[in-house]
Amino acid sequence: MTNNKANTFSIIGSMKTKSKVEKSAQVVFTTCAFFAVLAVFSITLYMIINGAPALSKVGISDILFGTVWKPTASEPFYGILYVIMTSIIGTFLSILIGVPIGLFTAIFLAEVAPKKLAGIVKPAVELLAGIPSVIYGLLGLLLLNPIMYQWELLIFKNDPDHQFTGGANLISAVIVLAIMILPTVINISESALKAVPRHLKEASLALGGSHIQTIFKVMIPAAKSGIVTAIVLGVGRAIGEAMAISLVSGSSVNMPLPFNSVRFLTTAIVSEMGYASDLHREVLFTIGLVLFLFIMIINLLLTKVLKKGEKENDK
Amino acid sequence: MKNRMSKLVALLAVSALVVGTLAGCGSKEEAAAPVEETVVEEAAPAAEETATAEEAEPAAEETADLSGSISMAGSTSMEKLATALSEVFMAKYPGVTVTAEFTGSSAGIESLAAGSVDIGNSSRALKDSEKEAGAVENIVAIDGIAVVVDPANTVAGLTKDQLIGIYKGEIKNWSEVGGTDAPIVVVGREAGSGTRGAFEELLEVEDACVYANELDSTGAVMAKVASTPGAIGYVSLDVVDDTVLALPLDEVEPTEENIKAGSYFLSRPFVMATKGEVATQSEAVQALFEFLASDEGKELIKSVGLITVD
Repeated sequence: MTNNKANTFSIIGSMKTKSKVEKSAQVVFTTCAFFAVLAVFSITLYMIINGAPALSKVGISDILFGTVWKPTASEPFYGILYVIMTSIIGTFLSILIGVPIGLFTAIFLAEVAPKKLAGIVKPAVELLAGIPSVIYGLLGLLLLNPIMYQWELLIFKNDPDHQFTGGANLISAVIVLAIMILPTVINISESALKAVPRHLKEASLALGGSHIQTIFKVMIPAAKSGIVTAIVLGVGRAIGEAMAISLVSGSSVNMPLPFNSVRFLTTAIVSEMGYASDLHREVLFTIGLVLFLFIMIINLLLTKVLKKGEKENDK
Repeated sequence: MKNRMSKLVALLAVSALVVGTLAGCGSKEEAAAPVEETVVEEAAPAAEETATAEEAEPAAEETADLSGSISMAGSTSMEKLATALSEVFMAKYPGVTVTAEFTGSSAGIESLAAGSVDIGNSSRALKDSEKEAGAVENIVAIDGIAVVVDPANTVAGLTKDQLIGIYKGEIKNWSEVGGTDAPIVVVGREAGSGTRGAFEELLEVEDACVYANELDSTGAVMAKVASTPGAIGYVSLDVVDDTVLALPLDEVEPTEENIKAGSYFLSRPFVMATKGEVATQSEAVQALFEFLASDEGKELIKSVGLITVD
């Protein structure tokens, strides 16, 4: 009887073949999952093995809190404090500019825009996501830097101590980064907003809330976790970007002030890896390790925030 | 469920970003390597051609049978030349092994004097003390650096002291060196670059330069200088084109003739020193110098951005 039942239920064949298929599928999925985990672990291990030795050779505080970067001098200095600060401040500022613009665009697309207009804006945003980062960098170099140089000339006209950078400065990098994170922020927040249950919105409107009130008091809080995800990915993109900002930031190691030429963690690795040797090369790996830890910490912190939001939503 | 999904997506995407970032680093490393390889590839077919051409001649048998080993040590700046030379030379004479170490000019000449290597590479003229120790100066190529500014710059030229002042950050306006009232934007290369090493060494401003832009390729320096009013940069002489203006230094134009004549100060000889005259060396070493003096060898020298000596 049972055999018969199995035959009627399975289109593949007997119970035996069915369990074979089930088992092999399980193996395939497990292998795939294991592959991703293996990649993360081996990368972590590789970064620690390559990045850690320089920390003990140079001294942790000399690397992390030193402000002088002269890796090829006869008496070399490997201080990356300014580089770390640049990455933190640059990413923070670009998020500060990019996230509100991105979020409001998402609200516009999900709620406010007439269908025809949304039909133009949406593909435009998607196109923005597909533009290679080197193009952003080139445009920044050719359009943004000259404008910045004009401002620099005006602002520092009578300042004999200022070193003129030709417009390659922190602001240029921040603007380029802010534009680069837009598509990520817009797309994810938009789908989060669209996924808010319809009855929430309807209830708010029925209670007499205006459209804008509904958006800010109901929709955004309800879509909070999705929006936080959008910000996490935006931070990830901003802190990991190298190509575009290496073209616009000037790449000299300086205090991250708006009109200073600055170097980010990513550009520090990219620009010198080509010719670096010995300890210099090891320190570049240490910078990679610092960058890696940064992304991990940010990821964990924001996931925690995300979890907290989830719990509140459940109440 | 949805939240959990998006969290998963977020985690996956962030780890993908991490992987992407790291992959970026890796590919840069690899990207640096092919530069040398292309040089060899370009030169290699030429080597084969001549080899086949020579086979027809009776004298060629002697070179084909040539075997032995050549060891050289010395200047890190000459790494590109030495690597390209050894690869092409070994392709032409399969029986000869060429090994090159890059320990620094002085260390290279010391090893030569001690007799542990056949050729000592030096990216500066030999000192008298080194010559007394038996090293013979064979200049194989000249490395020239041009100081470039944007095409609209009105400065007629710079002296050595002015150039040093600009790169040390003491001179900040073009009006101080006879130009218009415009700030100077100091552009240079990243630490570790051979061009930067040579520039700072020749001006004796090692580790004292204050750069406003540290760019990681010759092309980037050219683009930045060409597009920024008031910018100044340095590049290898062979890449200078119409987009920038190469400045005369100490009233000497940066031309191949002036560099060969020795009147342009931003240049340095690449010396492959031998212990005793070349004629007294082993057959393999003599063949190496003959190769460098041949048309093929000169092509190779030009292909790595250097000036040949006649």
